[in-house]
Amino acid sequence: MLDNLQLLFVWAPIINVQIILEGIFLGAVFALSAYGLALVWGVMNIKNLAQGDFVIMGGYISLALSNYNLSIFIILPLVMIIMFFYGLIVYRLMIKRVIDQDMFTSLLATFGLSLLMQQVMNLIWGPEVQIIDLDLPVYDAFDGFVTIPSIKIISLILAAVLSIAIIIFMKKSRTGQAIRATAQDPRAARVLGIDTDQIYAFTFSLNSAICGAAGVFVSVIWVLQPFYGITYSVRSFAIVTAAGLGNLPAVITAGFGIGLFEKYVGAIIGTAYEVAAPVSMLLIVLVFRQISMRKNRQAVK
Amino acid sequence: MNNRKTILTYLGLGLFGILGPVLFPAYTLSIAYLWMMVLMASTWDLLGGQMGYNSLGNIAFFGIGMYVSAIVQVSIFYPGGVAEYTSAMGSIKPEFTASQYYYGIFLGLIAAGFVAMLFSLVFGSFMFGLRGPYFAIGSLGLAIAVAEITTTINYVGGASGISMPMFPGDIEFRSVFFYILCFVITVIAHFLLRWLYSTQFGLAINAIRDDEDKAEAMGIPTRIYKQIGWGITAFFMGSIGAVAGNMAGFIDKEVAYPIPTFGIFMVAMVLLGGKGTLWGPVLGAVIFHIIKETTWTYLLGWQWVALGLILIVNIVYFQQGIMGWLQSRYPEMFGIVVDKGHVQTKKQDKAEA
Repeated sequence: MLDNLQLLFVWAPIINVQIILEGIFLGAVFALSAYGLALVWGVMNIKNLAQGDFVIMGGYISLALSNYNLSIFIILPLVMIIMFFYGLIVYRLMIKRVIDQDMFTSLLATFGLSLLMQQVMNLIWGPEVQIIDLDLPVYDAFDGFVTIPSIKIISLILAAVLSIAIIIFMKKSRTGQAIRATAQDPRAARVLGIDTDQIYAFTFSLNSAICGAAGVFVSVIWVLQPFYGITYSVRSFAIVTAAGLGNLPAVITAGFGIGLFEKYVGAIIGTAYEVAAPVSMLLIVLVFRQISMRKNRQAVK
Repeated sequence: MNNRKTILTYLGLGLFGILGPVLFPAYTLSIAYLWMMVLMASTWDLLGGQMGYNSLGNIAFFGIGMYVSAIVQVSIFYPGGVAEYTSAMGSIKPEFTASQYYYGIFLGLIAAGFVAMLFSLVFGSFMFGLRGPYFAIGSLGLAIAVAEITTTINYVGGASGISMPMFPGDIEFRSVFFYILCFVITVIAHFLLRWLYSTQFGLAINAIRDDEDKAEAMGIPTRIYKQIGWGITAFFMGSIGAVAGNMAGFIDKEVAYPIPTFGIFMVAMVLLGGKGTLWGPVLGAVIFHIIKETTWTYLLGWQWVALGLILIVNIVYFQQGIMGWLQSRYPEMFGIVVDKGHVQTKKQDKAEA
């Protein structure tokens, strides 16, 4: 551990650039899935524990599509459309019935969905770790200390474009306004003629599409495995609990923060702790929230 | 349920428990797992059903107990200690004599329970400020963190696992021995919970479930009750974990922390049977076990998908569980008389008459 610290900060500080870049690439993906989670949580009060599995499913769909030699610019919208309709089906069959039940029901129901999706993906694509190789150039910088595959830069730009599009959509469009109105007060929204059921369906499907996009980025810059979904869910929860609902800049900052934290933990303590890092981050965030609430004799609800 | 029915139920279950392995010797281990699941469901219900704290991380104590008992069993009689034993990766097979083995397993079982309880106190100190869904998510994160951290500790074998001491007797007696352990622990836990629910403790945790702020305002030391509740759960989860580890013969992360399987099954069983009742978890565990064994046998390869579907259907469409449904359908069976909007027990009725 001390060796790693010395390597990072004394012998070759240039490696930091690589780690920070990796952290930013990861953070962009985390921020996307966390934003989807915050959206569903804020609008319909569903805590979706299957969030990570939606991400992985998007990744597998893009894996299946990449066999047809499509470029990422075609794969991304296709996956988002497919995942949108998948989200719609899930909403109609399941989420619709747990919306007005207590919180734990939705949590458990989505956990069940997560198990189901893991197993089905395991049956279809097998338990091996898979990756998409799109055969794009890799750039070197600083005498080969830092390598940047161009696909990561493309993904980062696409993720940025996507999140800006979502922000504009939520701010300007009629549907976006209706979603925000429903989040604020569903009853008043219904009185004013908004079909809240449709808004819920749309929100959940939008979340699913966002997860699908995150999954595409995961599949091209990282690896896919049917059971990796839970760590994405945990990261999303950590980000949302830290950043709060409906606060997009905070969600993005927290996403980059957790990406960097994870990469630095991996580099300093060892890659064996890379899964433990986001989970401990979640616990740390929860403990901090408790400490700040306890001053006013309140609990984190 | 009135007294005669209760006695008959206990008689039937007791007879099944004792005669089960005699009548169906091929299924001894399967029935042992059934008792284990009954225990898991019952202890989960102590927090989830009776106290309103839905934990998704009770399985952490199961794994902690497993590892603690492994350490105790190996280190008391093997001179090299656990570190040497695990670094040999199973190539050292120390021959324990029968009395050494049994002594080790009982000591390990009790140590596992108490260490798990200690851990529950530590975890509780920073978990019980969380309510509702945050507690559920936090405890799930806790279980994952404990599992991940265990795999990095080389002292207990790290990611490559640790193999348990060999059973000294023959193979048929082995399954009967573990069957007895599972059955006895489950029976102890059941009667302890039954007694607890009839005391003031039961009332206090029900008050916490119904409205924690009001319970606190009434002067109930909620934190202490929560800690005790989780401690009892952890004790039984730890000791059954010790038994399960010896049953499996080899433990690693997947065996010790089955978060997606037993970790979620225990919640599903309680929901299937009915939350917040004494018999709901028992009934749910029995039905769930039967479903599980059937799907395992007939739907090879798709069993997990089938189980996931059952789980979702159960949670989404059948929330109240079997006991809850029975209670609302036939309230007389439970001694509840629905009378002009008042809910009275039969005893009160008689007293008034």
